[in-house]
Amino acid sequence: MIDLFNRLFGKQTSSATAKERLRLVLLSDHLSLAPELVDKLKAELIEVLSRYVEVDRTKIEVNFEQHDSAIAMMANVPILSMHPPKVETPTHPGGGDAPKRPRRRRKRPTATSNPAPAS
Amino acid sequence: MHELKVDPEPAAESPPAKRGKAIVITSGKGGVGKTTTTANLGTALAHRGARVALVDADVGLRNLDIVLGLESRVRYHVLDVLEEKVELQEALVHDKHSENLFLLAAAQSREKDDVDTEAMRELIEELCEQFDYVLIDCPAGIEKGFTNAVVGADEAIVVCTPEVSAVRDVDRVVGLLGNKFRPQLIINRVRPLLVQKGKMLSVEDVNSILRLPLLGVIADEPDVIISTNKGEPVALRADSKTGAAYRAIAARVAGENVPAPTVELEAQGFMAKLGSFFGGRR
Ligand SMILES: Nc1ncnc2c1ncn2[C@@H]1O[C@H](COP(=O)(O)OP(=O)(O)OP(=O)(O)O)[C@@H](O)[C@H]1O
Ligand SMILES: [Mg+2]
Repeated sequence: MIDLFNRLFGKQTSSATAKERLRLVLLSDHLSLAPELVDKLKAELIEVLSRYVEVDRTKIEVNFEQHDSAIAMMANVPILSMHPPKVETPTHPGGGDAPKRPRRRRKRPTATSNPAPAS
Repeated sequence: MHELKVDPEPAAESPPAKRGKAIVITSGKGGVGKTTTTANLGTALAHRGARVALVDADVGLRNLDIVLGLESRVRYHVLDVLEEKVELQEALVHDKHSENLFLLAAAQSREKDDVDTEAMRELIEELCEQFDYVLIDCPAGIEKGFTNAVVGADEAIVVCTPEVSAVRDVDRVVGLLGNKFRPQLIINRVRPLLVQKGKMLSVEDVNSILRLPLLGVIADEPDVIISTNKGEPVALRADSKTGAAYRAIAARVAGENVPAPTVELEAQGFMAKLGSFFGGRR
């Protein structure tokens, strides 16, 4: 009955507010307490994206941000080219003769994930 | 299992006596009812015939003796034993209400950092050889006092109140405990009337988040405060609902299959019920 009342008047009980706050705070607690999990997620994210585009691995940012009623994963992934990196291209292991990628100052197009409500 | 002060030849011929179980009562957050729970669960277990030792691990802030009404009987404390100033038997205070109940008090004039973690583990192990249950009253926090309270325990009971901060702290403590202690939950200070009005988290709300085996639910009741004033645990009172709730927890701890824990609105009285019916929310 209280539920119905609140839905009609668009109000939320304080216990519902408490529950919602608790859910969010624990989500972010768990994220901050499991950095290795976030690292793993980041690595796998790169792996998947690299099948489609060439991303700048050094500049990827993955953050979790709290919005009003959700925790969203914000991934900022600079894309170097719209072609997947060639697998056979050896990544220069510190050799001086490795072809240097031209540094572009121009802002790169970025893929930003939509804030998806975390459940 | 652990490196204890093992005799060179463990008595192989005599069959090993059944070792008791050490349970730490913890919460993270302060003031949620750890000491009250320890005293009442210990009392209720002792009344079922089990031999029970209570260890106050809250060094520097000793309280368990007060809740049990034993403050005038305490002569030695846990650090006296750990530092081998007295024998364990001398430091154990016999409870005045329960034949099978003993208390090892905390040192009031010392600090938590004075406790040697390994010595504490050995002490709990020694108590487990003599008692069926060893209940350890953990201090608030997750620092050294927590480590020392937990080190010798086999299992954990976490006490939570229906508040955001308390649930968050329990979640953190359960994370720290890991899988080893199989933590079970007691939700304390529930006010059914407030829950009904949507002003307090319900038992289901709390445990939909924590997802722990629910050992018991205790209402917020003047009973508890009055009993603490007198130094007579409420678990002793046959007429008290709260006492019955603690006895049900003891039965569950002892492995009995008792009905799922609940708190009833009835406890709040007729006027309160009327109020909840007409009053609505504010
Ligand atoms: N179910 C209850 N109903 C009413 N009062 C309660 C209840 N449980 C505990 N209290 C009261 O709350 C206060 C704190 O309880 P207690 O000392 O057991 O908490 P604690 O977790 O051991 O605290 P600390 O973290 O300081 O050691 C006490 O005054 C106690 O009487
Ligand atoms: Mg206490």
